[in-house]
Amino acid sequence: MALQVEDLKVHYRTTKGDVRALDGVSFSLADGEIMGLAGESGCGKTTLGKSLIRLDGRMRHVGGSAVLDDEELPIGDDRAMNARRWKEVSIIPQYSMSAMNPTRKIGKMTAELLRSRRISYRDIEDELVRRLELVGLSSKVLGNYPIELSGGMKQRMVMVLSTLLDPSLLIADEVTSALDVTNQKAVAETLVKFRDLGFVKSMIVVTHDLSLVYQIADTIMVMYAGRIVEKAPAETVIKSPRHPYTQALIGALPEVGLEYGTERLRSIPGRPPHLLDPPTGCRFRDRCPLAFEQCAEEPPAVAVADGHEVSCWKAAN
Amino acid sequence: MLELEHVWKSYRIGALGSKRLTAVRDVSFQIAPGEVLSVVGESGSGKTTIGKMVLQLASVTRGTIRLDGADVTARGHRERKAYYRRVQGVFQDPFSSYNPIFKADRVLETVRESYFPRTGRGEWNEKVENSLQAVRLDPGSVLGKYPHQLSGGQLQRMLIARALLLDIEVLVADEIISMLDASTRIDVLNLLGELKERGLGVLFITHDLSLANYISERVVIMRHGAVVETGATGTVFGDPRHPYSRNLLASVPQLHRKWSDDPATPQELEPDGDRSVDPPPLTRVGEQHWVAAHP
Ligand SMILES: Nc1ncnc2c1ncn2[C@@H]1O[C@H](COP(=O)(O)OP(=O)(O)O)[C@@H](O)[C@H]1O
Ligand SMILES: Nc1ncnc2c1ncn2[C@@H]1O[C@H](COP(=O)(O)OP(=O)(O)O)[C@@H](O)[C@H]1O
Ligand code: SF4
Ligand SMILES: [Mg+2]
Ligand SMILES: [Mg+2]
Repeated sequence: MALQVEDLKVHYRTTKGDVRALDGVSFSLADGEIMGLAGESGCGKTTLGKSLIRLDGRMRHVGGSAVLDDEELPIGDDRAMNARRWKEVSIIPQYSMSAMNPTRKIGKMTAELLRSRRISYRDIEDELVRRLELVGLSSKVLGNYPIELSGGMKQRMVMVLSTLLDPSLLIADEVTSALDVTNQKAVAETLVKFRDLGFVKSMIVVTHDLSLVYQIADTIMVMYAGRIVEKAPAETVIKSPRHPYTQALIGALPEVGLEYGTERLRSIPGRPPHLLDPPTGCRFRDRCPLAFEQCAEEPPAVAVADGHEVSCWKAAN
Repeated sequence: MLELEHVWKSYRIGALGSKRLTAVRDVSFQIAPGEVLSVVGESGSGKTTIGKMVLQLASVTRGTIRLDGADVTARGHRERKAYYRRVQGVFQDPFSSYNPIFKADRVLETVRESYFPRTGRGEWNEKVENSLQAVRLDPGSVLGKYPHQLSGGQLQRMLIARALLLDIEVLVADEIISMLDASTRIDVLNLLGELKERGLGVLFITHDLSLANYISERVVIMRHGAVVETGATGTVFGDPRHPYSRNLLASVPQLHRKWSDDPATPQELEPDGDRSVDPPPLTRVGEQHWVAAHP
């Protein structure tokens, strides 16, 4: 087992109180597994990714644990976490393309990053160039400034850098969202290639695009309001989801062939609850078409099949 | 009816504008009232430039754009203002349309200042509420907030609400939902659908072919500034003839077909050539289907 997360709770401190962005999250990730992480914005996906990498100043580790390769991650300890970054866990953050320092040439930026990990650029240069070529970039890009690359090229560059030290776990946060379809496909397929070549062992691919992550993920986990509502093999989540929230997410997806004139897609009415003061019981209750009395209590995660867990009173029965 | 006839755009680039980049090449299309036309294509294909020309945010280098028969390019300030009562745009990045130091609803207030200075406060507030309701925003949770306190979806819908205050005839929607969640996307899309049923013409710019398929009757597929294929959406997507269109469709992630089920390698395409010459002509290949000549 590459990663084992148990009842993880991470909150944001605000003047109005704690935002309970991760409120008791448990799941595991097998060696070699690519897990898609889906859910509407604000449900805690980025927070989960960051918690496994490095908390930012306003985040607080309130409870629970994460064990990576048999070693517990020191989630609350910023320095200890930072020491693992790139080598053990690595992240391609949301908006990483626009976050690249525009005044540094890419090669220089890479060298600085390696130096901070006490690795010499010269030792790794051959491997770097090999990997750039693998994603269709010439080593010339090292002499370029970030603005000189197209969106798709920049994203591939960031992918190579974040996996250069062969981390055990890679978190890719919305890495395809800003790209056009052709580049999306290339980037998504590169993630799979990196796993197959062993550059990274396991991966969490955060996205709000279920159709995209379905193309490459082994499993899909769906979050809602700081909790996990369903996790199963990708095929199962898409073809026979059990949680009403997952069903609603899939029902909202347009497919080529579907037309407004003939069939109306339905959105999910309402919006996710605020996590400053989340509702008790099932958090999806006020948007759920199937809600009944029991939903006032919190539904436990139940395994409905091998590798298929759902937190819903209706789905469990 | 909005019409583009043989429209070209070249930008001056390089030091002192010494070079030219032809971004749009000989594009013609029409949008009737109550019709959504999608313009799709990879990034850099010229989609946004077309939208900007329609919105008079970029000049037209050659060709004509007409609204109900009248040439709309290069007009004075007063006529431009009258034009913006009828044609409005909403763009991909909602944040860039807001000034972070003002409350977000200022974008609505400026409409009153410029177009409805004599409308009373009470009547105006009612108009604002109605347009917010039409885009399914709860006035109480968005009015009086700063842009950073609202989500991208909320900001985007407020911009559509702004356009609705003006009773427009044509809306240019440039990637307006690519940054939104699947669940809110559908709301915004269905909203466009309702508006079109009420007679609005929409220029829907997107790189997402599923969205184009869902919402539009007709589609224009662009590459390197020129149209490579166009026609009725169902016909074009059901039987794409140009290799570029086929590649695009094969890249769309779908739930009933995985990329790995169909490992056909994308077809090699002609590289970008001299953009100043006329693009390959369109040939009619079906009742509502045209494709550009290709090798
Ligand atoms: N810096 C922050 N301060 C306070 N609340 C935050 C902060 N960042 C995120 N949140 C809140 O935490 C919740 C989860 O956010 P996030 O993890 O970014 O969700 P996602 O990535 O799924 O969109 C949201 O309710 C969001 O408003
Ligand atoms: N203001 C500008 N000055 C110079 N070139 C531009 C400008 N705006 C766009 N371009 C260029 O025009 C081409 C088409 O761009 P754009 O219309 O934004 O395409 P799309 O919206 O399809 O991505 C691109 O090569 C782009 O770099
Ligand atoms: S527990 Fe109840 S409210 Fe929650 S998803 Fe299941 S049926 Fe709906
Ligand atoms: Mg996020
Ligand atoms: Mg554009």
